[in-house]
Amino acid sequence: MSTSTDHESGSKRPRLIVALAGVLLALLLLGAGGFLWLSGDNGGPTIGGPFTLEDGNGRTVTDRDLHGKYVLVYFGYTFCPDVCPTTLTAVSDALDKLGAKADQLQPLFITVDPKRDTAATVRQYAASFTPRLIGLTGTPEQIAAVAREYRVYYAEHRTGPGPNDYSMDHSSILYLMGPDGRFIAPINAEQSGEQIAATIRKLTS
Amino acid sequence: MKGHTVRAMIAVAFMLVAALAFAQQPPIQVDNAWSRTAAAGGNGVVYLTVTDSGAPDRLTGAASPVASAVELHESLNDNGVRKMRPVASLPVDPGKTLTLAPGGYHIMLIGLKQALKAGTSFPVTLSFERAGQVTATATVRQTVGGKAMDHSRVDMPGMDMH
Repeated sequence: MSTSTDHESGSKRPRLIVALAGVLLALLLLGAGGFLWLSGDNGGPTIGGPFTLEDGNGRTVTDRDLHGKYVLVYFGYTFCPDVCPTTLTAVSDALDKLGAKADQLQPLFITVDPKRDTAATVRQYAASFTPRLIGLTGTPEQIAAVAREYRVYYAEHRTGPGPNDYSMDHSSILYLMGPDGRFIAPINAEQSGEQIAATIRKLTS
Repeated sequence: MKGHTVRAMIAVAFMLVAALAFAQQPPIQVDNAWSRTAAAGGNGVVYLTVTDSGAPDRLTGAASPVASAVELHESLNDNGVRKMRPVASLPVDPGKTLTLAPGGYHIMLIGLKQALKAGTSFPVTLSFERAGQVTATATVRQTVGGKAMDHSRVDMPGMDMH
C-alpha cells in the first residue's frame, strides 16, 4: 500500500516540476514581451534619466548632482580584466588630451555587477584609472533601473559553481550626456584616447 | 676501415653539434608579456606574443603564482555587447605570431593573491601541447592617466586590434 503511494508521488513530482517550469517560462516570455513592447512604445529613443546610486565613499549620487557638467557614462564591472580597463584607460587618456575642457566633463563608471562591486571596490578601481573618474554602485534594483534607462544589456555568465565563477556580458558603449542631463550621443568605447577626445570636442563645441 | 670510422665519428660530431644548437634554440618564443595594475582579490590579465619556429603547436593553458586560477580567455563583441569566454586552446603556427592583446585573446588571472603594482613583474608559465612549458616574465604597466605617462605604450597594443 505505502509502496504504491510512494511510487505514485515519485512519478508525479517530476511532472509537477515540468509543469511549474513551463508556467515559469511562459511568465518569463510574457514579461520579456511586455518589456519589449513597452520600451518600443515610447516614441523617440530616450537614453538616460534619473538615477540614484552610491559612490565609492558610500554617498548617494543622483543624476541631478551632475547637472551643469557634461557627463561621460560607461557601464562595466571591476572583475573585468580586459575590455573595461582598456576603455577606461582610453577615457583617462582622453581627459588628458582634452586639457582644460576636461574640467567641464564628469566621467562615470557604473557597475553592472553590484553583487561583487561594493562601494570600496568601485572606488579603488575607478581611482586606478584617474582620480577624476567617479565609480558608482547600488542595489541590484538601482543598477537594473539605471541600466534600463541607458538601454544597457547585462547578464551574468556562469563559468563554474563558485560564488565568483562568473563574468558579466555587458554593452560596452560610452554615453555623452549634456549639462542638462539630456543624452547627446553614444561614443564608440573601443577607440584610442585621442579619438574619444576628438569626438567629445566635436560634440561639445 | 679506419678512415670510415673517422668519417663516421666526424659525422656524428657534426650531428651532435647540430642537435645541441637546435636544442638551444627553443621552437616557441614568448615575448612582450605585460599586465595591468590590479587590486588583490580581483582579476588580472596578461597579454603577450608567441612565435613558433618549430612544428605547429597549441597553447593549452597558463599558470602563475600570483593568481588562484589562470585561464585562456577571449573577449567577443556581439553587436556591442562584450562577452568574455574561456578558450580551451589556441593554435600556434610557425611563421605566424599569436598575439594576446586587449579586446581579444588574453590570459585571465582569477583571484589575485597580491596587488599588481606598476613597474613590478611576475612569472607566467604557458603550457604548449608539444613544446611543454615556457615561462615568461610579465611586467605590470600603470593604467593611471597622467601627463608624465607614456600613453602610447599603454594604449596602442589594444588599439591595433580594432
